[in-house]
Amino acid sequence: MILYTLRRLAAVIGVLIAVAAVTFLIFYVLPSDPAAAACGKSCSAERLAAIRAHMGLDQPLWRQFWDFLSGIFTGRTLGSGHYALRCHVPCLGYSYENSEAVWDLLMNRLPVSASLALGAAVLWLALGLSAGVVAALRKDTLTDRVLMVGAVGAASLPVYFTSMMLIYGLIRVAGLLPYPAYVPFGDDPARWASNLLLPWLALALLYAAMYARQSRSSMIEAMAEPYIRTARAKGLPRRTVVVKHGLRTGMTPILTLFGMDLGGLLAGAVITESIFGLPGIGQLFYGALSSGDQPVILGVTLLAATFIVVANLAVDLLYAVVDPRVRL
Amino acid sequence: MSASPPAPDTNPDTNPDTNPGTNPGTDPETAAGPAVPSSPWQLVRRELRRRASVTVSLVIIGLFLVMAAAAPLLSALGGRSPDAFDKSAVDPYLGGMPIGPLGGISAAHWLGVEPVTGRDLFARVVHGAQVSLLIALSATAIVVVAGTLTGIAAGYFGGRTDAVLSRLMDLTMSFPSLIFMIAMMSVAKDVNRILLMTAVIGLFGWPGIARVVRGQTLSLKHREYVDAARVGGSGPWRILTRDILPGVAGPVIAYTTLIIPGMIATEAALSYLGVGVRPPTSSWGQMIAASVAFYDTDPMYFVIPSACLFLTVLAFTLLGDALRDILDPRGGRA
Repeated sequence: MILYTLRRLAAVIGVLIAVAAVTFLIFYVLPSDPAAAACGKSCSAERLAAIRAHMGLDQPLWRQFWDFLSGIFTGRTLGSGHYALRCHVPCLGYSYENSEAVWDLLMNRLPVSASLALGAAVLWLALGLSAGVVAALRKDTLTDRVLMVGAVGAASLPVYFTSMMLIYGLIRVAGLLPYPAYVPFGDDPARWASNLLLPWLALALLYAAMYARQSRSSMIEAMAEPYIRTARAKGLPRRTVVVKHGLRTGMTPILTLFGMDLGGLLAGAVITESIFGLPGIGQLFYGALSSGDQPVILGVTLLAATFIVVANLAVDLLYAVVDPRVRL
Repeated sequence: MSASPPAPDTNPDTNPDTNPGTNPGTDPETAAGPAVPSSPWQLVRRELRRRASVTVSLVIIGLFLVMAAAAPLLSALGGRSPDAFDKSAVDPYLGGMPIGPLGGISAAHWLGVEPVTGRDLFARVVHGAQVSLLIALSATAIVVVAGTLTGIAAGYFGGRTDAVLSRLMDLTMSFPSLIFMIAMMSVAKDVNRILLMTAVIGLFGWPGIARVVRGQTLSLKHREYVDAARVGGSGPWRILTRDILPGVAGPVIAYTTLIIPGMIATEAALSYLGVGVRPPTSSWGQMIAASVAFYDTDPMYFVIPSACLFLTVLAFTLLGDALRDILDPRGGRA
């Protein structure tokens, strides 16, 4: 188990370096020249060269990449002399746009994206799993059919459509909720939740539909296993059989799905954040794209990849806990 | 292929194990067919025809495909080009709102007009269908071909090939795909947007199908009929094309139909975010993005492209569900 974890951790680091390298290649090799942009229109050749040197753009590409990588673990000093700028660990460079450290930018935005992702995840798990399990237990009844038609329908709605409908219905017409404006959890938990409710619902509906479909089919499969019959035959109440025996096996495929989805969402739901105007990582990323702010783009991509691989690793380790048949 | 000696067991038509869709022993639904033996594809077709949802979704898909294919013809029929402004259809004193009820639906504009510009929505939706479906279906084709090839290669050759290809799948799946797609679309400036979008969407989709195919290939490659073919002197190429490929065809077809909705939604999402096709070319996602600003003053403008997107995605999902139930009753779910 320990050996397995270590081996997987090594693989995680390898994957992250590869992701960084690919992102680096794509966004740094492409023709846009941030130094020229920073220098402005009336720019002398010496000044351009100085800015290049300050940004490290005069170095060969592999050198730039190496500096970037080692900066994450040891920090680095950008520029020299009067303009020297100490970038501390974990150094992801400085935004071209406003000279803030990328790491700080990311960490400022992370609470928003994490609030959105985690809250939505709780909702979609509750909705999706209960719908899926109920449908599986009442397979081929009217309840099952209604739930599954609803799930296919909800899964087919793009998130921006659901969001607009929710905004229209709950804010414009019914006036039940305020228009979302992010309030930090630490300031006022109640307002944090009420402001995030709509984005949570919009995201959760989409995912809940997928989870309902998936959990229904894996529950049906689990409930057909011989040990379920054994459990029933020895006189266990139906509830215990379903919850303790069926759910435990039935939920393992869900776990994989959940790891990927949550990992992907933690680093920002670009569309949802932009519709509801939430100042999360997705918005930061979107803004960085339009201004060609490569350090920020690279930082967000790397953070997103980290969340995805770590979530997958966590899921694989959890498997061994949840499913007694899995031996690592 | 003709170089290998005749081996009766390798003929896929006479060997039940190679028949796509009939996983022996795990498929009671198709196995319990009528007494008259018929080809597996006939069984599949019969099974499909029994379901109402399949008929409905096929009709919807057919309708949109025809619409996409005949887009110039249809908009000519409607009498409007997708880019022609029609100032007479909007009211300049109401901020350019369409004149008439339901977003200006009239004999001249069958689905109403765009606010401010007065461009014909029917023509734009029809042309948008062309762009959306073209990108989604070509990206699907890339994904399916690449995924099947890598999956079969990894599963059949095993060893180092498998290790390298599997790592590559893991790596690709670790990329935050939507973020990466958005980034790639926004840095590329002077290229064919449709082509680029197809490539970018296709780039991240293949590992899913490759895993399914790899698993299926692994379970097929040591079945008796494949061993028999090998003993009979068939080379790897012949075994792959005659014995393995037909065996993975069922799950691949089911999976293909199930990823199309995702492709359509991804294209729409990218266009919605403004990094997809550029105006004046229309696509559904882009139309929805433009209509959001008018959602409560001109709801029809928002509803029409959304409904098209919803119906297409729904139809492909229903069809894919049915195909999976029939062709791949147990696989591809874990």
